[in-house]
Amino acid sequence: MASAVTYTAEWPVLVSIIFSPPQNYPLYIRSVPTENELKFHYTVHTSLDVVDEKISAMGKALVDQRELYLGLLYPTEDYKVYGYVTNSKVKFVMVVDSSNTALRDNEIRSMFRKLHNSYTDIMCNPFYNPGDRIHSRAFDNMVNSMMMQVC
Amino acid sequence: GWMNKHLNLVPALVVVFYELDWDEPQWKEKQSECATRVEIVRQSLQGRNTKVAVVLIQKKTPLPPGEDVIASERAAALCNACDLSGKSLFVLPHTDHLVGYIIRLENAFYEHAQTYYYTEIRRVKSHKEFLNKTTHQLLFVRHQFKIAFFSELKQDTQNALKNYRTAYNLVHELRAHETNMLEIKTMAGFINYKICRLCFQHNTPLDAIAQFRKHIDLCKKKIGSAELAFEHAAWMSKQFQAFGDLFDEAIKLGLTAIQTQNPGFYYQQAAYYAQERKQLASMLCNHDSSVIYPNPDPLETQTGVLDFYGQRPWRQGILSFDLSDPEKEKMGILSLQLKEKNVLHSELIITLLSNAVAQFKKYKCPRMKSHLMVQMGEEYYYAKDYAKALKLLDYVMCEYRSEGWCTLLTSILTTALKCSYLMAQLKDYITYSLELLGRASTLKEDQKSRIEKNLIKVLMNESPDPEPDCDTAAVKASQKLWADRVSLAGSNVFTIEVQDFIPFVQCKAKFLAPSFHVDVPVQFDVYLRADCPHPIRFSKLCISFNNQDYNQYCVVEEAYQKSDILEQSSQGTMCLVPGKTRKFTFKFVAKTEDVGKKIEITSVDLILGSESGRCVILNWRGGGGDAASSQEALQAARSFRRRPKLPDNEVHWDSLTIQASTMIISRVPNISVQLRHEPPALTNEMYCLIVTVQSHEDTVAKDVKLTAGLKPGQDANLTQKTQVTLHGTDACDESFPALLPDIPVGDLQPGEKLEKPIYIRCGTVGARMFLVYVSYLIDTIVEGKEILCKCHRDETVTIETVFPFDVAVKFVSTKLEHLDRVFADIPFLLMTDILSASPWPLTIVTTQLQLSPSMTPVDQLESYVENVVLQTGESASECFCLRCPPVTNASGVATGCYIISWKRSSPVESVPVVSTVITLPHVIVESIPLHVNADLPSFGRVRESLPVRYHLQNKTDLVQDVEVSVEPSDAFMFSGLKQFLGTTISAE
Repeated sequence: MASAVTYTAEWPVLVSIIFSPPQNYPLYIRSVPTENELKFHYTVHTSLDVVDEKISAMGKALVDQRELYLGLLYPTEDYKVYGYVTNSKVKFVMVVDSSNTALRDNEIRSMFRKLHNSYTDIMCNPFYNPGDRIHSRAFDNMVNSMMMQVC
Repeated sequence: GWMNKHLNLVPALVVVFYELDWDEPQWKEKQSECATRVEIVRQSLQGRNTKVAVVLIQKKTPLPPGEDVIASERAAALCNACDLSGKSLFVLPHTDHLVGYIIRLENAFYEHAQTYYYTEIRRVKSHKEFLNKTTHQLLFVRHQFKIAFFSELKQDTQNALKNYRTAYNLVHELRAHETNMLEIKTMAGFINYKICRLCFQHNTPLDAIAQFRKHIDLCKKKIGSAELAFEHAAWMSKQFQAFGDLFDEAIKLGLTAIQTQNPGFYYQQAAYYAQERKQLASMLCNHDSSVIYPNPDPLETQTGVLDFYGQRPWRQGILSFDLSDPEKEKMGILSLQLKEKNVLHSELIITLLSNAVAQFKKYKCPRMKSHLMVQMGEEYYYAKDYAKALKLLDYVMCEYRSEGWCTLLTSILTTALKCSYLMAQLKDYITYSLELLGRASTLKEDQKSRIEKNLIKVLMNESPDPEPDCDTAAVKASQKLWADRVSLAGSNVFTIEVQDFIPFVQCKAKFLAPSFHVDVPVQFDVYLRADCPHPIRFSKLCISFNNQDYNQYCVVEEAYQKSDILEQSSQGTMCLVPGKTRKFTFKFVAKTEDVGKKIEITSVDLILGSESGRCVILNWRGGGGDAASSQEALQAARSFRRRPKLPDNEVHWDSLTIQASTMIISRVPNISVQLRHEPPALTNEMYCLIVTVQSHEDTVAKDVKLTAGLKPGQDANLTQKTQVTLHGTDACDESFPALLPDIPVGDLQPGEKLEKPIYIRCGTVGARMFLVYVSYLIDTIVEGKEILCKCHRDETVTIETVFPFDVAVKFVSTKLEHLDRVFADIPFLLMTDILSASPWPLTIVTTQLQLSPSMTPVDQLESYVENVVLQTGESASECFCLRCPPVTNASGVATGCYIISWKRSSPVESVPVVSTVITLPHVIVESIPLHVNADLPSFGRVRESLPVRYHLQNKTDLVQDVEVSVEPSDAFMFSGLKQFLGTTISAE
C-alpha cells in the first residue's frame, strides 16, 4: 500500500465554484489536504467538460423545473466528482474520496444546497463584484465546517 | 503452451479428399489406396481424438439415396475398409451446384468439429471429477479454464462465458502468497480479458465494465513482492490498456460509448499506472552502474520457455511457498530490476496518453484532452524530448489562459520555461519569462525575482542561471548551448506579440479626445505598468499609426550609453517601477489631408534590452491590452469599490480605458452664414434666398466657395421639381440644376461681408430642405507650424412651398343663374374667381382667357383685374360672355385656359412675372328645340304699363306647333293675349 505514491494520497474533499461561461475561471477553490493541489485543480477543470455537456443536454427543459444538482459527474479510480449548477450557470464542483462511503447522494445534495445558499449571501453583498474571486470569512467558515463534517 | 497447441497444432477434424466415382472400374484398387491414406492420417494423429472424414470427389451427379444399389454397397465397403462410420463419408459431386455442396460440407465439418470439442470438454470434465478441492486447487482452475476455452473453440460463447466466470472465481479462491502472486494475477488477467471480450461480444458492455471493476478491485491490492512493485503497476497498466482496447474494439463494431464512459478513461488510468511504474522503477532500480547482470541468467530456463504463465523462471515447478534458495531468489529479483531499468517508460506513458487523447477528443472532453496533453508534454520533458514537450505545452496553454485558470497556467509555464531553458530557445524563454512575471502567474515573489534576474541577464546577452529541478546532465548541455548563443552575433532582436498572452508589462494608450480639430495638436497618453518584482529598464517606446508619417513624432528613446546599465538611477524616465503606472504624453500635429479620417494606433512597441546586447520588442496591437485585459476592464467597470486617493500625478490603472483611435475634424470655421428670405415660397415663383457671409477670421479667407441648393438625399422627385439659379431676372426652366456646387466667390478680407441672392423655383408644393455650404482656405499656425486649413460652415433651411392662389371657375346664364350645362348658341357667362392664399400681397399683372376653337366670345375678352393687388384672403373675379355653337359631342366641350400673370408685390423690382395657366373645365353643351327670351325693361313704374316681349325662337329644322299661355302674378294686371296657338317656323 505504501508504495503506491500518487494514487492513494488522501483527498477527502475539495470544493470549487466556477463562474458562469464564457469565463470559466474558478471563483473559489479549496482542498484538504493542500498538497497535490494542482491535481485537484486539473480534476475540477476537466470535470467542466461533463458539466457543460449536462447543461447543454437539459437546455430545453424549463428553468423552474430543472434540477440544479447534476449528480455524480464521473467516477475515477480514487475519487468521485459531483456537480451542481445554478440557474445563472454558476457551477459548483465537489471532489470526494471514492472510499468515503458515508457520503450518499442526499448528503452531497444538501452540501451543495448549503454552498449555494452561502454563495447567494455573497452575491447579495453590494460590495461584492460578481466575477471577483471570493474572499469571505463567512464563506470560508461554512466550507470549513462542511469539510470537517465530511472528513 | 497448450492453448497454442489447440489453436494451431491439433486439428479437430482431418478430411481426406479422394477422387473416386461409384462406377469406378478399378474400384478395389482405389478403395484400398484411399484406406491407406486414411490410415496414414490416422497414424500421424496417434493419441488424439481428432476426427477423420473422407470426401469423395466425383464427376457424376449422384442418384437419390437408396436408388443406387452399387453406391450404397460400395460406400459401406469403403467405410469398412477405412474404419469410418457412415457419417464421416461424404461425396462432393464436381457438377453445376458446387457452391451449394460446399456449403453443406462446411456445415457437416463444423458439426464434426463441435463433436470433437464436446468430447474434449467431456474428457476434461472427467479429469476434474477426480480432483479434490483441497489438494488440487490449482488444477481446478486449469480444468475450468480449459473447459471454457474448448467451449469457445466450439463457438458456444454462452457456456464459455459461464465457465470463464467460474474459473475466475476459482482463481481468487487460491491461496495467494508472495511467490505465486504473479502467477495468480497473470491468470486472473487472462480470464478477465476473456470474460470482458465475450461480454462485449454478447453486447452486454455493462457486464464487461462491472467485471472489469470487480477484477481491478480484487487485484489492486495484490502487489506481491515489494521489491518488484513496479511489476504490479505494469500489470495494472496492462489491464487497463487491454480493457481500453477491448472497449475501443467493441465501439468499432457498433457499440456507442458516452462522455463519461469511454475507452479514454481506461487508457488514462493505464497511463497513470505506467507513470506509477516509472516512479517505482526509479525508486527500486537505482542500482549503481557497477552492479552487473547476474550470470548465469536466472531468467533463462533450460527449454527457453516457461512451463506455466506467470511463474518465476528460476522457481519453476516449485509449489511450496517457502523460498528454497534465497540466493537464487535475490539474483532473480536483481535481474528483473535491471531489466526494468532498460524499459522506456516515458514512451509507454506517452503512447497511452495519446490513445486517451484520441478518445477524449471523440467524446467532447476538450478540457480532459488538454489535461492529458499537459501530461504528455511533461512526460516528454522527463524523456528529455524538450522540443515535443514545448510544442504540446504551447498548444494547450492558451486554453487554460482563456479560461482563467491561473494556477494551472503557471504550472504549465514553469515546465515550458524549463524546456526552453534546456534547449536555449531564446524567444520562447523570453516569452515564458514575461508571462511568469506577469499578473496571471501565481508564482511566489522569490521565484519571480529569480526569473526576472535571469531575464535581465538574457537581455544583456549573458547566460541565465539554470532553472531549478532540472536534470544536471541536461543543464550542462544547455549551458554550452547558451554560451554558443552568447557568442553568436546577429539575430538578437526578438519581436514578441503580446496580445495572446499576459506579459508583465501592461500597456494602455489613450487619445485625450475622441476627435481633434486639425488646427489643434493631437494628444495622447501611453500608460505602462510593470508587475514584476524589480524595476525594469527599457530602451525605447514607440507608437505606430495607420498613417505612418506620425510614427516619427511618437518615440521615447534613451541616448544609450554602456555605462548606464551599472548606474542604478532606477527612477529615470526609462524605467518601470513595479506597481506604479507610468504615463508618457505625446503630441503631434495632424496633417490637413487627414481631415475627416480616423487616426488609429496600430501598435505600441516597448523595447527592452539594447541593440548591442539583446533586444526584445514587446508589441501590443492597437492601443495595448493583452489576453486578460478585456475581462479585467469588464470587472473594473462593474466594481463599486472605492479606490484610494492617489497623488494628483498618478492614476488608477483599472480606471484607464483604451482609446486607440481619434478622428481628425476640420478647423472650426470663423465665419457666419445668414439666410434671409420670406417664406413660404409660392409655386413656380422665383423665390429669393439671400445668403450673407461674414468673415470673423483674423486673416484673409481665401478661395471662398458657395454651394447652394436642394440638400441631397431627399425625394428624387423634388430634384426634378426644384431649380436653383443665381439670376432671378428671368424665369428658369426644367434644365436648371437643383444644386449649384462650388460657386467661386473670391477672397474675404477680415470682417468683410458678402451677400449673394439665390433664386429657387419650386414646381410643386411641400417642404424642401435647402443647403448652403460655404468653404474656404485659411492659413493658421499650430505649434509653430504653418498649415493651410480648409474650413467650412453649412446652414440648412426648410422652405415650405404653397399655391399662391385658388382659382374657381363657374358657368352662369346671362341671368346669373348657375348652369351645370350650357345651351348651344345661347350666350352664357364664364366667371373666374382668384382667391389669394399667399401670406404676402400678390400683384395680378394681367389675366388672359384663351378660348378653345369650339367657343366664341360674345364681346371683347379683356382683363378686368389688371394690376390688382390682392392681400391674403382677398379675391378678384371677372366674367366673360361666351357662346358655344351646337356640337354633336355629348360628353363635353373644352373651354380653353385661363392664364394669370402675377408676382409678389415685394419691393424687389427685378422679380419676374410668373404666368400660371389654369385649364378651364369642360362643359356639356346641349341643343334645345325652342328658345324663349323675355324682353323686359329693367324696371317698371307703379300703375304704368310694363311692356313685355317674348321672343320664341325655333332652334330646329322643323316647323313646330306651339301653345303659349301667360299666367300673370298677383302683382300685375294683365292685357293682351292670354292664350295663343300658333306655329313657328324653323330658324332657317
